[in-house]
Amino acid sequence: MDAVGTVFRLIWELGVYLYTVVPDLLPIILALATPLALGALCGVLNERSGVVNIGIEGIMLMAAFFGYLTGFALHDAVGSGVSIALGILAAVFVGALLGLVHAWLTVSVRADQIIAGTMMNIAAFGVTGYLNRLIITPSGRGGAGVIAPFHLPDAIANLPFVGPILVMFLDQGPIAMSVLFIVIALQFALFRTRWGLRTRAVGEHPKAADTVGIDVYRQRYLNVIFGCALAGLAGAFLTLESTGSFQNGMTNGRGFIALAAMIFGRWTPIGALAGALLFGTATALGVVVSIRIPEGDLGDIMRSIPSYWYAALPYLMTIVILAGVVGRSTPPAADGVPYVKEGKG
Amino acid sequence: MSRLRRAAGRIWRVASIPLLAIILAFIVAAVVIVVSSVFTSTGLDVFLPLGAYGSLLAGAFGSGTGISNTLVAAAPLILGGLAVGLGFKAGLFNIGVAGQFLVGAFAAAVVGARLAGAPGVIAAPVALIAGALGGAAFGFIPGFLKARTGAHEVVTTIMLNNAAVLLLTWAVNDLVRAPGFSFPRTGDLGHSALPILLGRNVHLGIPIAVLAVFSVRWLLDRTTNGFEIRTVGQNPNAARYAGMRPIFITTLTMTLSGLLAGVAGAIQMLGVIGFYAPGITASVGFDSIAVALLGRSDPIGILFAAILFGAFRAGAPLMQIETSVPVEIIDIIQALVILFLAADLIVRRVFRVRAAKPVISELATVTRTWAGGAPPGGGA
Repeated sequence: MDAVGTVFRLIWELGVYLYTVVPDLLPIILALATPLALGALCGVLNERSGVVNIGIEGIMLMAAFFGYLTGFALHDAVGSGVSIALGILAAVFVGALLGLVHAWLTVSVRADQIIAGTMMNIAAFGVTGYLNRLIITPSGRGGAGVIAPFHLPDAIANLPFVGPILVMFLDQGPIAMSVLFIVIALQFALFRTRWGLRTRAVGEHPKAADTVGIDVYRQRYLNVIFGCALAGLAGAFLTLESTGSFQNGMTNGRGFIALAAMIFGRWTPIGALAGALLFGTATALGVVVSIRIPEGDLGDIMRSIPSYWYAALPYLMTIVILAGVVGRSTPPAADGVPYVKEGKG
Repeated sequence: MSRLRRAAGRIWRVASIPLLAIILAFIVAAVVIVVSSVFTSTGLDVFLPLGAYGSLLAGAFGSGTGISNTLVAAAPLILGGLAVGLGFKAGLFNIGVAGQFLVGAFAAAVVGARLAGAPGVIAAPVALIAGALGGAAFGFIPGFLKARTGAHEVVTTIMLNNAAVLLLTWAVNDLVRAPGFSFPRTGDLGHSALPILLGRNVHLGIPIAVLAVFSVRWLLDRTTNGFEIRTVGQNPNAARYAGMRPIFITTLTMTLSGLLAGVAGAIQMLGVIGFYAPGITASVGFDSIAVALLGRSDPIGILFAAILFGAFRAGAPLMQIETSVPVEIIDIIQALVILFLAADLIVRRVFRVRAAKPVISELATVTRTWAGGAPPGGGA
């Protein structure tokens, strides 16, 4: 009985602890979830139209680098603010450009979609590492810095209950803040507009879509390019809003966690955001736990778990969630299947 | 004579696109080198690629040391390439070679250090087997998950790669750190190190890797399990109707794939690195994918592709020292090779050749099973 009592007490203490760290957690969850959410939206747009894209990781990395490089190159000439803005534009443009490459490979050339994505990831690793060593490292100077986050007035932030929630979504940099609006807009667009209907049609049954006069290739090109522009924005977030610097391979698997968030969210924008927030929470918990350890037995237990395990938590969680969710969610029927127009070889 | 010509024709049919893809990759990479030379202190240099490729070649084959460096670099790529290629045969994409390599290297380092004082005849094989088992266990996880739940190995293996780096760092820091060193690492290998056969660094792992080529070839061509692996890769549904067990085959293939990657880590640990410390990087992961694709998943093809990429890795440092062209150009060349293999249309247009499709058909199964997607053979 005593052991059971101890377990209950520990669970109670854990609950109390989690409740007390909520104010620490909330402000950082969205920032951690932003690149995942944008990457997952890229996946949603690609796969809803029938194109598998496992190169999101590489596109994010490439955009992160070229966004940083733009800020790095221009910030003496035009000042920090303008160069960051141009850097973000450059990152989105690079994302869209790589989307064009992926669309060409998967839609027009009908290359294997998984291999096309793998190529993108390796190319991104090589190109960014190459240019980083050639241009940025020898210069010895930093980039354009980061965009200043928006701060809510204290009067609003200190409101009971709603205050922390508002802080979570509005006490952020512009890219993190925009995620919520992009998600809502895409959810509406995908399920309530003609463009969304066409996208889903070419992803579910391209032949039927073709028969009623939808240009399957055009629709897939548009979706892949637009989706990858969002992955580019995720890259810009990493270097120009979050860290202010570039390291080789800094995406660190985020492109793949984003894919897991997309599957978790059943290929819907809102679901993808939910998935990204879940991973963001797991990561945030790892961060908070390592700084604020509770008193007593619970604290001893949490201290005994090495920090590396907390750091590995999001990756392990991705595997568990994927194993639990897949099979109960259905991807678009024509996902990954190249479309051959009638009468074309 | 005509038989010889027919044989040559057959080889050309299979090897022409990969060879031309490599040539085209070098040409495009040369453009990258020239354009990027604008940003260096020396300014635009049109002849820089010639110098860089010359140094690359000299570093890889220009001397006895160069050639043995190439062989040493090729050995883990052979095994890693076999790991990826075997997965392809069953319609699986193991991107987890990097993680399985690290686990194999770690297991070999820990067991090897424990047996440092034992006779080498026992210590080295036991450490090698420990690495193989470590890799196999780490390959089993995504294989089992794919077979049972449909969780796609492309995501799970990447996640395991990241988790492996963190958890092995923790293990070296907290569990098996050897006393008497200023940084966390495992102990000295002593007698567990693989014997050097030739020169300064040609170790026993190289013949082991070549042996693995023929073992995998035998497995695929001469055994029932090999036949089932190939059938599942071509068409999982047909395999199921024929009474085969896709669940078992999927798990088995990923486990064997992990085992090969684990051996790669073990020979690298026991033959080259000598101890496990955090921060050991495994470029073997990406390289192995390129090797498997270039070798068309065929064990003999993988052998040649691995020697080629081994040469790149062995020659690249000299290239960077002599010409300041960053070693990452090798990754760019790799990506370009994969690009031209996947989009072989480009190669056909540029060189006006007709040849067999360079990317193997089982890859379609990898894409079809994405996220437990459309049933194989179904869809649009």
